[in-house]
Amino acid sequence: MSWIRRNLVLMLGLAVLVYTFVPIFIVVLMSFNDPRSRNVYSFGGFTLDNWLNPCLDPSMCDAVVRSITIGMAATLVSTVLGTLAAFALVRHRFAGRSSTNLLVFLPMAAPEIVLGSSLLALFVSAGFAGQLGFRTILIAHILFCLSFVIVTVRARLAGMDDNLEQAAQDLYATPAQTFWRVTFPLVFPGILGAALLSFSLSFDDFIITNLNAGTTTTFPMYVWGVAQRGVPMQVNVIGTLMFVVSIAIVLVAEHRSRRQRRAALT
Amino acid sequence: MRSGRTGYLLLLPGLLWLLLFFVVPFYSLVATSLYDPAGSDFRGYEMTYRFGNYLDAVTDYWRPLVRSLMYGAAATAVCLVLGYVLAYAIAFKAGRWKNLMLVLVIAPFFTSFLVRTLSWKLILADDGVVVDVLQTLQVLGDDGRLLATPVAVVAGLAYNFLPFMVLPLYASLDKIDHRLIEASSDLYAHPVVGFFKVTWPLSLPGVVAGTLLTFIPSVGDYINAELLGSPNQRMIGGVIQSLFTDANDYPAAAALSVILMVLIVVMVLAYVRRAGTEELL
Repeated sequence: MSWIRRNLVLMLGLAVLVYTFVPIFIVVLMSFNDPRSRNVYSFGGFTLDNWLNPCLDPSMCDAVVRSITIGMAATLVSTVLGTLAAFALVRHRFAGRSSTNLLVFLPMAAPEIVLGSSLLALFVSAGFAGQLGFRTILIAHILFCLSFVIVTVRARLAGMDDNLEQAAQDLYATPAQTFWRVTFPLVFPGILGAALLSFSLSFDDFIITNLNAGTTTTFPMYVWGVAQRGVPMQVNVIGTLMFVVSIAIVLVAEHRSRRQRRAALT
Repeated sequence: MRSGRTGYLLLLPGLLWLLLFFVVPFYSLVATSLYDPAGSDFRGYEMTYRFGNYLDAVTDYWRPLVRSLMYGAAATAVCLVLGYVLAYAIAFKAGRWKNLMLVLVIAPFFTSFLVRTLSWKLILADDGVVVDVLQTLQVLGDDGRLLATPVAVVAGLAYNFLPFMVLPLYASLDKIDHRLIEASSDLYAHPVVGFFKVTWPLSLPGVVAGTLLTFIPSVGDYINAELLGSPNQRMIGGVIQSLFTDANDYPAAAALSVILMVLIVVMVLAYVRRAGTEELL
């Protein structure tokens, strides 16, 4: 009885955690589903067919490839621009710092539907109504990733000890050497984390993309489109893959940082 | 801190992007909301400073607007209860499993938002286990259902935005000095009293940040409402989206977006002021 009382909160917390995994379990299960018919979404039997023929509907794979392309491009641009801005915000003195910080914060705080409609209003007023597509999606994705990159890299930079850089300079390293041999390696985990966050935000975005996409289809838009007519089981294959790949990345990163911490201690 | 031109140069590209594609578009949104609604996106609109667009938008769509705020508030409340339990367990009870549990909190949310929500549609389906059990327990009537009800929409919202609640809550619970809680029990406070007098007040910054991070995206979301609800559960995001893409009524859609943004800003400011955590902004 006292054991239950002592561990009640932990048990409840674990129950909440288990609950968050229920839909994932269904997604993985459905990726092995042999549906009795296309429209009935219930478990008909175990099969590997969905995994062996992920591109049964070629338009789904086209959408996945398009989402990956947009995700990589948006990640590259937003990570570079965001990292530069984060260095400026932490390391340099300039006028208008607090309004700049507000400007960085607002796109993260505004609801996506408002961000999406403002961009659409801009594109239409500028006469691009007929040219919505890859480029407009990319502009939007870079915008909403940028704030997250700035905030992530800024946090890493602000928490950094600058004694190491001073030591490098005391040992006659040039500013360039100090930057590339000391500063950059120390900030790099933050930059990498920001890049991964950007990619997953971009890959998963629906609301902003849907408003600014014209006839171009990304993976979330494809899922939205088939949701009304019956979802092909291959969608669950992609869902499972996304889950597995991200878990693998997180675990590798965690393992590496733990090894580095241990190395730093010995 | 260095001064000089380098700082401005480093900041310039990112700042330009934010100005050009965040500040300027918001201006276009406000401008669009004042256009003459007789135009169309391809023929072009005439600027007539028609403030009546706002009145029309509110009279036509006040129901989904109020509904979105209510669903958002309900989902935030559910998230706060579930999230607090989870964050508390991680911060105080998880011991060396802390990092693993934090990873597990965000792990389910790496799968696509839409795929996750479709999965809920399957779980809550009319012939699914959950509905069967609730019917056997007589919680639901024999022909009762969960899909196409406000319960399904709020449940979906609460599920999808849970990590935004858990992470800030964890961050502020983890910072609490355990000696303060011990002191309260040394002074014969019942654990429940200790919780409400010590732990809860110290976790308020996390509560405020978490509720904002959950409330704002839930109010604007329409994926849950459209996939798990029926037209009776339509939320304002869905209305704005279809006014833009299906009805091509740009001025009405833009007016609704501005109204939503202003409502949210006003509510957030009032809330933050009441909670006394202005330094968060």
